[in-house]
Amino acid sequence: MSTPTHHSLTVMVNGEEHHVMVEPRRTLLDLLRHDLQLTGAKLVCDMGNCGACTVIVDDRSVYACLVLAVDCDGKQIQTIEGLAEGMALDPVQQAFVEEDAFQCGYCTPGQIMSMRALLNENPEPTDDDITRAVSGNLCRCGAYAHIARAGRRAVELQREAEVTS
Amino acid sequence: MTSFEVTASSKEGKVELDIEERAPDVVPWGASTQFSVVGKGVSRLEAYEKVTGRAQYSSDVRLPRQAYARILRSPHPHARIRSIDISAAEAMPGVFSIICKDNTDKIEWYDGSAVFDDPVRLVGEEVAAVAAVSPEVAEDALRAITVTYEELPHVTSLQRATEPDAPRARLDSESEGNISGEVKTYERGDPDAGLRQADVFVDAVYTTQAAIHNSLEPHGCTASWSGDELTLWDSTQSVFTVRQQVAEALGMPEHKVRVIKEHMGGGFGAKQIAWKPDIIAALLAKKAGRPVQLMLDREGESLTVGNRPNSRQRVRLGATRDGVLTAIIADIEQANGAYQTGGEASNVSGIYQTLYKCGNVRTVQTPLYTNTGPAVAFRAPGQVEGAWALEQAMDELAIRLEMDPIELRLKNYSEVDQSDDDKPLSLPEGLALSYQKVTQAASWSGRPEDSGGGPICKGIGFAAHDWGAGGGSPPGYAWIELNEDGTADVVTGTQDIGTGTRTGLAQVAAESLGLPLDDIAFHLGDTALGPYSPVSSGSATQATIGPAIQAAAADIRAQLLQVASSAMEITKDRLSVQDGVVAVDGDSSRGMSVKKVMQEIAPNTLRAQGARVPNPKDKAIRTFGAQIAEVEVDTETGEITVNRVVASHEFGRVINPVMVESQIIGGITQGLGFALTEDRVVDHRLGRVMNPNLEEYKVPTIADIPEMVNVPVDVPDMAANATGAKGVGEPPLVPTAPAIANAIYNAIGIRFHDAPITRERVLEALASKRSIDAAREQEQSA
Repeated sequence: MSTPTHHSLTVMVNGEEHHVMVEPRRTLLDLLRHDLQLTGAKLVCDMGNCGACTVIVDDRSVYACLVLAVDCDGKQIQTIEGLAEGMALDPVQQAFVEEDAFQCGYCTPGQIMSMRALLNENPEPTDDDITRAVSGNLCRCGAYAHIARAGRRAVELQREAEVTS
Repeated sequence: MTSFEVTASSKEGKVELDIEERAPDVVPWGASTQFSVVGKGVSRLEAYEKVTGRAQYSSDVRLPRQAYARILRSPHPHARIRSIDISAAEAMPGVFSIICKDNTDKIEWYDGSAVFDDPVRLVGEEVAAVAAVSPEVAEDALRAITVTYEELPHVTSLQRATEPDAPRARLDSESEGNISGEVKTYERGDPDAGLRQADVFVDAVYTTQAAIHNSLEPHGCTASWSGDELTLWDSTQSVFTVRQQVAEALGMPEHKVRVIKEHMGGGFGAKQIAWKPDIIAALLAKKAGRPVQLMLDREGESLTVGNRPNSRQRVRLGATRDGVLTAIIADIEQANGAYQTGGEASNVSGIYQTLYKCGNVRTVQTPLYTNTGPAVAFRAPGQVEGAWALEQAMDELAIRLEMDPIELRLKNYSEVDQSDDDKPLSLPEGLALSYQKVTQAASWSGRPEDSGGGPICKGIGFAAHDWGAGGGSPPGYAWIELNEDGTADVVTGTQDIGTGTRTGLAQVAAESLGLPLDDIAFHLGDTALGPYSPVSSGSATQATIGPAIQAAAADIRAQLLQVASSAMEITKDRLSVQDGVVAVDGDSSRGMSVKKVMQEIAPNTLRAQGARVPNPKDKAIRTFGAQIAEVEVDTETGEITVNRVVASHEFGRVINPVMVESQIIGGITQGLGFALTEDRVVDHRLGRVMNPNLEEYKVPTIADIPEMVNVPVDVPDMAANATGAKGVGEPPLVPTAPAIANAIYNAIGIRFHDAPITRERVLEALASKRSIDAAREQEQSA
């Protein structure tokens, strides 16, 4: 078996430019977790069922396990690690803390990125919008009721932040 | 200074250790105790790490030169291995080490098997493993390994396994047929006579499915050697168990093995023991001369590292006309898979023996081998399966008696542990309080009238449970160091498996030390740093380690007051500590901060150890709960919608109401999956699991959940331990599924004996009911 050729690509991750060489079969998730050591996005199902690997690519939330790294050349990628500024949490993160919207926390980065993508697109979502936005994010601890509450709280926090800024 | 008197005595050839509390300052937290930190819904200590993606799980460990491992698994449910050829894989660039039975010393593993065994006894059994430069290269290498098998007859169905002519799942087993262990028989009174005395009967067979834990973080670890010392970052509920089992398997002394688990992505009972990946990763790392990370993929996770055993239960209840139980008989079979792991512990019989007062009880529980993954404890093991059957049977009995189901339960209320010489319960009113609270919150007034007309039928259902766990499992230890600036480090060898242990125990530490929560650093999950603590299972951790911390803190407080007394020149009996200040009785102007007191003796610090004393011998500690479910059934599509579940559980004092609510809603959500959608589907002809993934194994999503109302009993159980708190990890799952099943019966008059109640089963049952009704009508008109 011949070694597959590596491809060079440039990605902007959380505002930082990275030049990497990857095999064409490497997923965006493995690029993040192995090449860039950004382990916030999690590998759980590896087939687009659970949403634990959700990140935002050019303003759209995607399952990073279903995206090839080579398809991200030149793209803007936001991961859970890029959301907070130091100790200042993003409104969605803050809402998850306030509402205890997790237990083990393994699905949390994915839940938060799905919710973040929703609020980027629609800052005033309905309860149904919130449910839909995270309906592809499984939580085995069953924190869903609190996740829904955190979604509503995030809307309020974001609104307040915009008023004060 | 030591807080404990330790005595050892010999009993039946075994040394028994008794630890007696001597610390005079442990004041039990009674009903009137005023709290600053306990009882508050503070955020999880690790919340920042978890919402920012910085929490490091075993799967996130990244060490220099780290390799990634994958496992080659058997495609057959039962087969001898004729040959394994790893030569092509070994020659591949980027492959560091490959192990299989041909090149590895035989390491004994669970139930008389080996880490790499021959024959293999389930689809997914470990045949070889590869460590390589990347996961992708490891997978390439797996494909380059050639294995030839000689297939053997297999049995995967529980029903088939019980038949006399069934293939044997274990050719090496000495027991009869496929029986995998002790047939457990329990009897009190005369159950057969009890049945004969009864006026009203229930006799039905219930089945429960094999359910898969599906923790989002799979089993696995990162293994790293430094000389002859091994460190494992393991996704486990028990760092000390893993250390002991790995050391034993590898022939190492325990102090050369260190097991670390800082954060964990769920366990639910499946991670109580060391699993093969722990050993395989250690062997691969040794051979490769570099750290190896071996996390299972979802298929391996679904097939090989535990499931709730599927069960078949024939239940017979007898009662007098006025609803007094005269007999309870349960004949139980369960499919334990190909290996008894020692962590399966599914005591389905338990609930039949304890939940209701009855003098005539018999349970017979038969475990069976099948060529499927090994069964292992799953959140309230056994109790979930038993409650599914018993609580539906009680509902049926109430209907036949034309009695309110809660009235029937109150009529058969037990205040003692009937399975243990009628030992009094530590909180005998616990279950009755649950009944009371849940019926008030749900506005239960017996069964609603028929919803009448239209395809949507509404129903309401009730179920109760008890649970022999939650009272804590001593021994367990904690250390506290009060630093020179008045902050404290609390160290214990327990683990936070996602339940909030870190926070709940830190609240106990802060409260008992008299410090603000912010002044506590809490360290756990590392065999090298913390004193021994048992496995995080049986809803035990809060009740095991909480009192140990409380004892250590009492010791520290006594020492601190001694120092403060000298520093402040005030007698000790006038001093107390609260919110970081040593206060003087009757003179609020003379208080001194703990920081200032400690600086008087710096660089000395104050240190203490706390041990969890044994549970009381004269009381049975249990937890209880009851739930009411409200459902809608669409009789045209078979769709079931659970609209609301009201839950009231009794687990002693509430330490953190917010985290408790998270446990309650999580348990109900898992119960919803167990009731309606979750099922490991096996093609018995092929012996193959058809849904080892999260696509076709249906765990609930956010779109499936009902409204959930949590009304905890919240009464301190002072007979249990000095914190008055018990555990609530497992209980909220137990009554959900039978409450839903009872509500469905209430809605459409059909009793579903088999879990899960899928739409297909609903439609089939509705069709069959319609044809029976039609036939009856025809008969009447003829």
